[in-house]
Amino acid sequence: MRLKISNGRIIDPANKLDQKADLFIEAGHVVGIDKSPKGFKVEMEIDASNQIVCPGLVDLCARLREPGQEHKATIASETAAAVTAGITSICCPPDTIPVIDTPAVVELIYRRSLNSNQSRVFPLGALTYRLQSETLAEMDALKAAGCIGVSNAYAPIRNTEVLRRALEYAVTCDITVHLYCEDDFLGNNGVAHEGSVSTRLGLPSIPETAETIAISRVLLLVEQTGARVHFCRISTARSIELLAEAKSRGLDITADVGITHLHLTDMDISSFNTDCYVLPPLRSQRDKEGLRAGLANETINAICSDHQPHESDAKSAPFSMTEPGASTIEMLLPLTLQLVRDNHLSLQQAVAALTSAPAEIAGIDAGKLSIGSPADVCVFDPDASWTVERKFLLSAGKNTPFTSWEMTGKVTHTILDGNIIYKI
Amino acid sequence: MTGNNIQLDTKGRLKHFLTIEGIDRSLLLEILDYAESFAAIEERAVKKVPLLRGKTIANLFFEPSTRTRTTFELAAKRLSADVLNLNILSSATKKGETLLDTLQTLEAMHCDMFVIRHANSGAAHFIASQVAPHIHVINGGDGRHSHPTQAMLDMFTIRKHKPDFSKLKVAIIGDVLHSRVARSEIHALNILGVPEIRVIGPKTLIPDTIDGLGAHAYYDINDGMKDVDVVMMLRLQRERMRSAMLPSEQEYFKRYGLNEKKLAFAKPDAIVMHPGPINRGIEIDSHIADSERSVILQQVSHGIAVRMAVMAMVMGSRSKETQ
Repeated sequence: MRLKISNGRIIDPANKLDQKADLFIEAGHVVGIDKSPKGFKVEMEIDASNQIVCPGLVDLCARLREPGQEHKATIASETAAAVTAGITSICCPPDTIPVIDTPAVVELIYRRSLNSNQSRVFPLGALTYRLQSETLAEMDALKAAGCIGVSNAYAPIRNTEVLRRALEYAVTCDITVHLYCEDDFLGNNGVAHEGSVSTRLGLPSIPETAETIAISRVLLLVEQTGARVHFCRISTARSIELLAEAKSRGLDITADVGITHLHLTDMDISSFNTDCYVLPPLRSQRDKEGLRAGLANETINAICSDHQPHESDAKSAPFSMTEPGASTIEMLLPLTLQLVRDNHLSLQQAVAALTSAPAEIAGIDAGKLSIGSPADVCVFDPDASWTVERKFLLSAGKNTPFTSWEMTGKVTHTILDGNIIYKI
Repeated sequence: MTGNNIQLDTKGRLKHFLTIEGIDRSLLLEILDYAESFAAIEERAVKKVPLLRGKTIANLFFEPSTRTRTTFELAAKRLSADVLNLNILSSATKKGETLLDTLQTLEAMHCDMFVIRHANSGAAHFIASQVAPHIHVINGGDGRHSHPTQAMLDMFTIRKHKPDFSKLKVAIIGDVLHSRVARSEIHALNILGVPEIRVIGPKTLIPDTIDGLGAHAYYDINDGMKDVDVVMMLRLQRERMRSAMLPSEQEYFKRYGLNEKKLAFAKPDAIVMHPGPINRGIEIDSHIADSERSVILQQVSHGIAVRMAVMAMVMGSRSKETQ
């Protein structure tokens, strides 16, 4: 199909593009920007006047709950929600049941996502067998099966020797290691940031050092092993300083932050709101500001949804007995645009953090609108506003902390492989 | 904050009693004054009043407790309520659904009030947010968060001996980190206008951010005890001993156990309090626990009067003339 998206403001950070222009798509690929390719016959046209046209969004971390926790959500339900939010590529962590540590599980996920025919799904393989942090997972086989990286998800690696060897083996396989950094001895089964709110509520707490010490350990091992490490879900301002310092020394590292941490703080749990129970915990105002500044100075490369859908029972219990995580995938774009409106980021930076940067970290051919690129496109109205209501969420998880928040920015069309898979 | 406001109705009266935080001074004083009238009843030969006749109160204890449960039970019986005691092992309620199922079952039995003791902070708030509108919830202690009736009986006891809160220096000694009692006491003392609240203990057991609650930390007990009017001891859980929190009972008693020598730093008429049960020789010297400066047993009997007052107020059964 030949598709023309006319009169939109095209923002394509990978090509440093920000101009009002037409976009031409043919046979699943971008074939022209601004100028129509020779002999291009428009079969379908989208009028994108007053709208922004950008690459389809790439989400570095969303839990789709399949296989193993289909009572929470499925690949079909979550990818269907994702496309309405302009997300065309999703990376999912390996803590499914069973764990993504064999090619069979990778294939299952690919097959389910192809059947769903919505966003593309890119699994992260396990770093260690069954995420048990004892023996290495078969990273080479996982990579061959299609894993775009390896990760230990939330499972801590207490034994530093195992972490060192895992990083070395990842170098051998030339695969990126996505690491969530928490010293779980210091984390000590905490559920809230250690600070005045956790003291007041009497909730078991996780100190800042649980993250900073774990990051420091990994940074020193990156230096030693030369591994390509991506730091996941940074939550403290002090971590940003550590990462900035390491980057300035030339270490080949990247980092992301979950969208919730850019908008909420530990104050939001002060009425024991279990929808605000996430890991890493929501931290202080100072940390939130540090994360925003870290994005602006590009110490943090990408913003992800860290989407974690739950059934309602999982959140209906006393705070520390509930399951962590928030349903956020449908709010990823508008909450990022909010940072632009509040002058924390330029529009170019915001779109980069959702497209080119995560695509580069994942090593996938996405997140850009170069001639010849796969035509994954997100068209959105930057001024349309809507209110978050649980009953209107498409995700199977209604556990969002943003209920009744007003969002500005609404996706009008999502194009995957040159096909319109969602329109408003 | 919604979490605190759910305990008040639209007219600002107590609907539930979940935490001291967010309750204003006049309401706390009202509880104390109302408790005085029940304390008088306890002196009588017939100790019952018919305020809650026909009402059913369920004591839901998800965590073992003798003292708190029996005083709640006595308080309810003296108000002529029917009492249901349920000791529910926390292992049976690992899943939230079971907790909700338990509540719904009791609702179906037409209970009017739940008294909750639970090992998780926020449990009473959670239950209050889930119950049918006609059901009242009293927090009998949730995790490390709150134990408001204990704090109120402590305030009642302090007021008996030191009527003017605005002139007091109060020291709370022990494991503040894990203590719901300490948190509720600090809130109550602040709201009632106590100008100086100190917490004394090793740095491992005092949260760094305790000043945010309005208390000052002292790691040295002699410094912390200086000129205080009230000494509030906390119970030290045995499992904290010989861990990364504390090296040994002996060392704890040496540094923080209350004895004559340390108490000498306080004002000569300082009173000594403890929520019980006491660990003699660990937190407190037997000699002091049994001395006339100790008001520990008074606390227990005041506990009944204060809990009667709270139950009656929450049920809306305050007589008109006292309002």
